[in-house]
Amino acid sequence: MGRKILFITSDQQRYDTLGCNGGTVARTPVLDALAADGYRYERAHPQSVVCMPSRSTMITGQYPSTHGVWMNGVALPVDAPSVAAELHDNGYRTALVGKPHFEPFLDPFARFAENRFAANGMTGLHRGFEHFESATHGALGPLHYARWLAANHPEAVGMFFQVLDMSLEVSAAGGGETGAPQVHDNAVPREWYHTDWVADRTISWLDSLAADDDWFCWMSFPDPHHPWDPPASELGRIDWRDVPLPAGYIEDRERREAVLDTKPRHWRAWYDGRLVSNYEAPASWVPATLTADQVREVNARNAVECELIDEAIGRVLATIDARGWADDVDVIFTTDHGELQGDFGLLFKGPYHVDGLMRIPLIWRPAPSSGSTPASVSRPVGLVDLAPTFCTIAGVAVPDWMEGAALPVDDADADRRGFERVLTEWDSELFGVDVHLRTITRDGWMCSTYQPGFSHDGSEGELYDLVDDPLQQVNRWDDPSMASLRSNLLADLWDHQPQMHSPLRRVEAPV
Amino acid sequence: MTLGSIRHHTVIRRPAATVWELAGDPTRLHEWFPGITACQVDGNSRVITLGSGLPMPEEILVKDDVHRRFQYRITAPVFKYHRGTIDVLDTGDECCLVVYSTDCDPRAMALMIGSGTAGALDELRRQMETS
Repeated sequence: MGRKILFITSDQQRYDTLGCNGGTVARTPVLDALAADGYRYERAHPQSVVCMPSRSTMITGQYPSTHGVWMNGVALPVDAPSVAAELHDNGYRTALVGKPHFEPFLDPFARFAENRFAANGMTGLHRGFEHFESATHGALGPLHYARWLAANHPEAVGMFFQVLDMSLEVSAAGGGETGAPQVHDNAVPREWYHTDWVADRTISWLDSLAADDDWFCWMSFPDPHHPWDPPASELGRIDWRDVPLPAGYIEDRERREAVLDTKPRHWRAWYDGRLVSNYEAPASWVPATLTADQVREVNARNAVECELIDEAIGRVLATIDARGWADDVDVIFTTDHGELQGDFGLLFKGPYHVDGLMRIPLIWRPAPSSGSTPASVSRPVGLVDLAPTFCTIAGVAVPDWMEGAALPVDDADADRRGFERVLTEWDSELFGVDVHLRTITRDGWMCSTYQPGFSHDGSEGELYDLVDDPLQQVNRWDDPSMASLRSNLLADLWDHQPQMHSPLRRVEAPV
Repeated sequence: MTLGSIRHHTVIRRPAATVWELAGDPTRLHEWFPGITACQVDGNSRVITLGSGLPMPEEILVKDDVHRRFQYRITAPVFKYHRGTIDVLDTGDECCLVVYSTDCDPRAMALMIGSGTAGALDELRRQMETS
């Protein structure tokens, strides 16, 4: 009997939303305790700051350029490498419960397996998961959660925020008390909400296993990704009026806009409502209209969603305890990417490689039976390192096609094994607007270079000192005294950046 | 801009007339368009059934057997504007170029339909070149 693996992901969750990472709004005692008993990573980055490429990196252990899911809407081929398949082939029972998003959600022709599964009454085998039950942010669509809700609680379907508007664009509709975009009062009872459903279905699957089964379970919560529509019954947990403005929100408009003007021009163009370069942000929302109170209310609702996730994880861990597995289960928690959540006066995500989107929570609580020593790891790691970590935990040889390495257990281990840098990519093309961006983070610096595209001529970039400028408000790309450092970082970036998959995979849908 | 405009093409190693027999027949779209399970034509009206089970009404606008152009529009209310255009162009050497264009408002729909048309062109080429 080997070590069992509970892999927990949330969606679009910032590093600073957890108490163990300095968060002060949401109470996250379960995750904080896991961090205290395990490894807490202080500089974990995704390899893409949008869902599909990032999730494809988690399952393949490859960079977006290699697995080929270069933007949302590009499907990961069904026969792509999968760590779940690797573990399943080595005797592990495997499940994914919650948000997959390896294939586009918007699929009127029902061309993608993930969307056909629930319609066909199937729960596996898919990408190595013998059990596959899916959910996403709302109550509509073909996935298992939506079908469960429609079949069992049809009155609740209309209670959720409608993520897309009548033009099938991400909705800019506002709600709550401040009119903040994608904030909505959702009357759904908590026990019908997708966070609790994901935990319930995970518990049900765990209960179906034999005591001596080895298992790998990916429990994938759709929250705290927008819309911010947690069950209204839970809103009393946090009064948005009491929520402090995030450090990255610059209250003074003149100073905020001056900071934006030091960044490549698509930042300010989006802020002013002149350019929306990606589908993930509402096309008709102008960030410059965002108020401080709206930032507070978004952060309050986001924190409520984080608390619900923490409590749901606690229920699953209690089940694991009750099954007598507690000593033999590794728990890894992370997310696919962050959320701007008020930084620079912005919300949502896009081609903006700063900590709000790039620095993500990552906790690995090894099985207590392994006798590990808790540590905080400050060296850079990536989601590309997860799949090799799962293989290492399971005692399975790390396949050649994985590009990362098993996560380091402390800084000395990281230094010994060469965890010096982490890379993040962005490519997008949407109705004639393309953005191409590559970023390296190492030695306390974050350096991004833009390739030619709709808004950029290839000379633009961003260079931030993460120690002296933790909020990335001083872009030193054009600082002559930084020329040598910038050039060294870029040389290192291009030395390690994989070549883009060829031919380029087709964009199948906006998301 | 609210209009999404997507164009895909493929070269098929078969004569244009042969390819047009299938691609230009409005009753046979489901034979080569993955994700469309049925077509019913009545005069200038066509109803296709999507893989998701959704029926989609269309109006046939052009069926030009001389220039080998087929053009239609989806008339479902969600579409403020739609034009689907299939052109089969003779390139000589017993080959042809097939172009499938989608212009659509809402523009997001153009991406979804457009990727379907790309898959359809792949399937059309496969069927033609293996027959």
